[in-house]
Amino acid sequence: MKISKEGDYRRRTDICLRCPQGCEVETLLGPNDEILNITGNKCKLGVAYVEQEIKDPRRVLPTSIRVKNGVRPLVPAWTPEPMPKGLLLELAEESREMEVEAPVHVGDVIVDNWRGLGVRLVASGHVPRGR
Amino acid sequence: MEVNTDYDVIVIGAGPAGLAAAIEAYNENKSNVLLIERNDSLGGILPQCIHNGFGAIKFGNDLPGPEYAVRYEEQLRDLPVEIMLDTMVVDLTPDLDIYTMNSTQGYRHFRPRAVVLAMGCRERTRSQIRLPGTRAAGIYTAGTAQRLVNIEGYMPGNEIVILGSGDVGMIMARRFTIEGARVLSVLELLPYLTGLRRNFVQCLQDYDIPLHLSTTVNKIYGERRVEGIETVKVDEHLNHISGTEKFIKCDTLVLSVGLIPENELSRKAGVQLDPHTNGPIVDSDMATNVPGIYAAGNVAGIYDLVDYVSMAGEVAGRSAAVWASKQKVAAKAQAEEERPSITIKPGANVGSVIPQKVYFDDLDGRDIYLNMRPNALLERAVKVELSLDSEEIMSFREKYARPAEMIIRKLKPRDIDKLKAAGGHELIAGIS
Repeated sequence: MKISKEGDYRRRTDICLRCPQGCEVETLLGPNDEILNITGNKCKLGVAYVEQEIKDPRRVLPTSIRVKNGVRPLVPAWTPEPMPKGLLLELAEESREMEVEAPVHVGDVIVDNWRGLGVRLVASGHVPRGR
Repeated sequence: MEVNTDYDVIVIGAGPAGLAAAIEAYNENKSNVLLIERNDSLGGILPQCIHNGFGAIKFGNDLPGPEYAVRYEEQLRDLPVEIMLDTMVVDLTPDLDIYTMNSTQGYRHFRPRAVVLAMGCRERTRSQIRLPGTRAAGIYTAGTAQRLVNIEGYMPGNEIVILGSGDVGMIMARRFTIEGARVLSVLELLPYLTGLRRNFVQCLQDYDIPLHLSTTVNKIYGERRVEGIETVKVDEHLNHISGTEKFIKCDTLVLSVGLIPENELSRKAGVQLDPHTNGPIVDSDMATNVPGIYAAGNVAGIYDLVDYVSMAGEVAGRSAAVWASKQKVAAKAQAEEERPSITIKPGANVGSVIPQKVYFDDLDGRDIYLNMRPNALLERAVKVELSLDSEEIMSFREKYARPAEMIIRKLKPRDIDKLKAAGGHELIAGIS
């Protein structure tokens, strides 16, 4: 993210993270930091991304959780709805202590409503029961 | 030993290309399909790619790798496609003899009517980049480290330096940090980022991990375990600049220095390789020069997005099934010269193109995806041109050209008609 001053205005440049294209989105901010204009996005997801990034930056946490009695020791998991960027490493640290029982399926909710923030940690792979 | 000739199509490799190929091969007139995979599960590299970024085009969704793979596995489960897991293909001949080995059935010999090569790629190793120093423990390629962390549950080390700013390296920089290790820096030999910009933001910038361009590793220190590395800056010709050496204390060095198509079986089968991609030369049907052998996915050339790998797999699977049903081996040799076609070669600022050949008959109004890998970093509006004898036949504009990002152009039937009308045999794809 880069910010440059243009008189009373500021121009902010972000790389949109919503898809692998990574469009460079430029936002013109007014004297009271209000959003005046957004350009550079190839689709409308870029607008939502920048608005969110300015207000309350969020990121997806990809990690793996220990599995008990499964054919493999780990199941991949993620936060399908991005979570507050500043809290990501805290959830990451807590997830290291977690364990789920096999079988685990794609979509199984491992943590629901973390810290009351509506953040969900969901399995993104399957691990059948077995050794 | 008896030869099994039951199958119309055998697909080698059950990663995203192979899964898509097997499904499409069956869907095309209900072919008899066998899918062979050396691992004990399906999905190829996807099960260890636990980050999101898969499926934006195919499913309109930003999925983690394992979930993308599961979508294909579920489709496959409903079809009568046979699967051999834990099985290695040890030989492939130009006559389509396939020899396999596994611990339950031993050595077997198949001769299908068509083959799809979908073995993917392997990582460039330390010896291939001639990195001097000790052979201490703690040196891993990024994909190996990814497997250790995401599948086996091991941390490779605590204080990590990563060589290479490709996507695998950056993704692992974030992964190590999420699991409590310290990533000291990411070093890149070239003067530009070789992975996606979005990964620079969400993997490095977000965690204040410094990226040093035009920098490489000169030497590794440590007798039994890595104790540190020496970095050195390079000039525009990638030569070391004497006097810029710096020592970084660390216990792990992760190498993300390139992916190379897996071409041992391709060579054994006499498949012609393209020195630009290091993979087989393929046409718009994903056919190689050996009749009946098709290739799709990273085995043909390194892709950035799995969605396009799946699409290439679909083309290969369908074409292989059509070939199997038509079986015009002798007829093709003659028809080769008569079939109207055009070759596409890389030109200015283009490193490689896939497919390298387009046949104009047999397209059935289908779109063709032209994949071009730039080999120059141009952060400005660029013009991509397809020319014949220096005459421009077709062109389009792009916002930039980055080696890290393949330029993919959908050629519609009317574009293909333009190329056909130009006459001639060889087009050059260039960027200016």
